[in-house]
Amino acid sequence: MPALPYVANAVISGTLTGIVYGLMALGLSAIFGVVRQVNFAHGELMTLAMYGAVGAFQGLALDPFLTMIAAAMVFGVFGYVLQRGFLNRFIHRPEHLRMLLMIALAIIIGNGLLLAFGPDARSVQTSYQLDSFELGPLLVDKVRVYAAIAAVVATALLAAFFRLTLTGKAIRACADNPIGARVAGLPVAHLYAVTFGLGAASVAVAGCAMVQLIDVTPGLGPGYTLLAFVIVIVGGLGSMVGALLGGLAIGVSEALAGLLITPSAKSMVSFGLLVVLLLVRPQGLMGPGRR
Amino acid sequence: MLSVRDLDLYYGDAQALAGVSLDVPAGELVALVGANGAGKSSLIRAIAGMELPRAGTIRFRDQDVTGKDSHTTANLGIGQVAEGRQVFPSLTVEDNLEVGALLPRARRKMKATMQEVFALFPRLAERRRQTAGTMSGGEQQMLAIGRCLMGLPDLIMLDEPSLGLAPLVVSELLRTIRLLNEGKGISILLVEQNVAASLKLAKHAYVLENGRIVMQGRGEDLLHDDRVRQAYLGL
Repeated sequence: MPALPYVANAVISGTLTGIVYGLMALGLSAIFGVVRQVNFAHGELMTLAMYGAVGAFQGLALDPFLTMIAAAMVFGVFGYVLQRGFLNRFIHRPEHLRMLLMIALAIIIGNGLLLAFGPDARSVQTSYQLDSFELGPLLVDKVRVYAAIAAVVATALLAAFFRLTLTGKAIRACADNPIGARVAGLPVAHLYAVTFGLGAASVAVAGCAMVQLIDVTPGLGPGYTLLAFVIVIVGGLGSMVGALLGGLAIGVSEALAGLLITPSAKSMVSFGLLVVLLLVRPQGLMGPGRR
Repeated sequence: MLSVRDLDLYYGDAQALAGVSLDVPAGELVALVGANGAGKSSLIRAIAGMELPRAGTIRFRDQDVTGKDSHTTANLGIGQVAEGRQVFPSLTVEDNLEVGALLPRARRKMKATMQEVFALFPRLAERRRQTAGTMSGGEQQMLAIGRCLMGLPDLIMLDEPSLGLAPLVVSELLRTIRLLNEGKGISILLVEQNVAASLKLAKHAYVLENGRIVMQGRGEDLLHDDRVRQAYLGL
């Protein structure tokens, strides 16, 4: 058993990473809850944003935390156009077809990245990359703190949008009752597209934060799509708070597994957590209790 | 105002509507009665643009709206109170109403319309912060009508609004429908299982059987028609 400060360090760093995971999963959760479409390209979109951040850093010397703002806008527009111009045509097709369509998109993006950037890992080396905050015996990476702050801000903006704006309320209405949304004459095609845009924007922000924490390779996507999905299920489908809690749970459990067992046991533990949760609380941490 | 001609609607191979023609003149209250599964809801859904008819035309204020989506029809003034109320259960009463005004024709007048809705249904004003899912069936029906009014409709199609409500609540509801029609001049297409009450209320009525209009006439006349009395009133 490692000494307490190590465990505390792992919990703190896991919490901070978990907040970024939460933001990533939030995008998937929103798209699934409203458009009823599992975005199998979610991890690929994040990878794409990470390459964007690497490119902006190398080409323009832009800090990833600045790239983040531009990435959110670019991905937001891209997501809107993708849903409005393309994915909306498939809304009434059978589920398995829509699933395959998203997997196809994911593979196209993944392979496109491989073609464009090659298989080697890339990273961003900012001047503060290796700095840390010292709190007594605790050492907290600066980048991890900044990444978590950015994720918290993005999440708060998203929550405010859904709570306070008419469009946000209408999107929640679509998730709540899709038939009711059509009965009320809501512009469903537009609202779906806004939702996908927001989902893509949040995963882009998460990607720009993640690029400081891990190296990026073209094959990163599928693992993170799955991770986002696990987080959403753990947190409870359709719950924003749930997605954040799920992110925290997975982040902390991964960090602790890395410390107490071995870093390669990370996924084993998070998926173990999923299996246990499916047994004892199938609706997830914050999911609705009703059946 | 609304004019449906020779409408055919299919679900896969099953025909739901066969050559249905129906008119709702401006400012009138028209009733549509028929047994379960006769196609009443299908007709409403087709008019609202939620189902795509295979043949026939739907015209609203001299505009062809056949096959237009429900956002377009709603923005032209075709409002709908669907079967089962279809409110947004986890949104508050106020948010349900606001969302109902998300139409270009209604958005700017949202605040004023909401005051009118609250005047019509004071109960909704009392419960404005409550989530819709926690309200009684009668209150949810008020909310469904209120949400529809938020879109400033010229025509409201009501699908079985009294289903599952207590008799006292039903008579209050029918009074409200009459008020909307006579007081506010909104045209109404009323689909009701409560045949006697809706025929009394309606100037003109249609009887739908197996996807076809089999009878039509003044509501009062149909009410005294032997076939209607036998089939729908159990007399």
